[in-house]
Amino acid sequence: MTSPWIEGRFEENFLITTVEQAINWARQASIWPMTFGLACCAIEMMATGASRFDMDRFGAGAFRATPRQADLMIVAGTVTYKMASRVRRLYNLMPEPKFVIAMGACTVGGGPYFKWGYHVVKGVDLVVPVDVYVPGCPPRPEALLEGLMRIQDKIRGHRIAKRVTSSGDVEKVEDEVPVPHHSGYVAVEEKQPVFHHQKITG
Amino acid sequence: MIRPETLDGLLRLFPQLEHSEFRGQTRVVVPRELLPSVWQTLRDEFGFDLLIDVTCVDYLHYRKARHRFGLVYLLAATATNERLTLRCYLDEPDLAVPSAVPYWPGANWLEREVWDMFGITFTGHPDLRRILLPEAFTAHPLRKDYPLQGRGERHNFPVLTRAQG
Repeated sequence: MTSPWIEGRFEENFLITTVEQAINWARQASIWPMTFGLACCAIEMMATGASRFDMDRFGAGAFRATPRQADLMIVAGTVTYKMASRVRRLYNLMPEPKFVIAMGACTVGGGPYFKWGYHVVKGVDLVVPVDVYVPGCPPRPEALLEGLMRIQDKIRGHRIAKRVTSSGDVEKVEDEVPVPHHSGYVAVEEKQPVFHHQKITG
Repeated sequence: MIRPETLDGLLRLFPQLEHSEFRGQTRVVVPRELLPSVWQTLRDEFGFDLLIDVTCVDYLHYRKARHRFGLVYLLAATATNERLTLRCYLDEPDLAVPSAVPYWPGANWLEREVWDMFGITFTGHPDLRRILLPEAFTAHPLRKDYPLQGRGERHNFPVLTRAQG
């Protein structure tokens, strides 16, 4: 049996990792959302932040009242044309890296105001780039937490490293786009092996 | 609720005002010319120091209605716990009303909203701009003759594309 090259060769309580992983781990565990409720979806967002669902379990409970300190903009509620320029301005005020969740049917695509609403923007992605869409009217807090975890996936795939190309230029390594998945635990039935080679012999 | 002596005192000063009562709530119909003097009297002599709301009703297609718009002022006297509703009827060509901002500064945004939604101009208002709808909007959408499908305003806004986002 081959021994690991570097792992396990240090004294106890000594971890090694890459800078990229460490920074991504710190970032995804401390996403600070901006207090940004526009309509009824904000009630569900508040419920997500409150004790029953407790968004702080994922490090995203520190709702900031200013875009300067926020990483994540949860656009919760109907975006009107009057509000659209403000949404854009607030997004521009946020420091990089910044992420946007479009929460609710109105922000995803206009919702019930799509056809004849004279005052509603038909989707907040017409105003700011959206990372995760959370549909629902309004979405359950579990759905918003799911959206938050997808943002965390996106942060985990962020690449800080740069590489030198064959021509000598330094270029950024592209981010790993996360594969959409559902992280819920599914119990898989243990099956009896059919063939001899499927048996785990150790 | 309003005390009888308040209503009697008001009607003694302005005998031409109509008033009615419904479930303990008193409504006084004030002609447009009398509005500033009635406000002044109610605020200074009867203690109506709080303007709760300014709103409007469009009586288009309303049965037995004789006027197009009914402007509504909800007043309250915080010391005596009295409430009074003022109603001022307006008709289409001339929709200008004196502003209540000199009497209650809180009327500022309320009148802006009525202007935004019903298109009633308040003369003497310090800053009569649209408050809820975008500046480029041209219509007054809470009027009953505003079509449910809009007048094409939604097509007139600058088109935002996903590439600009």
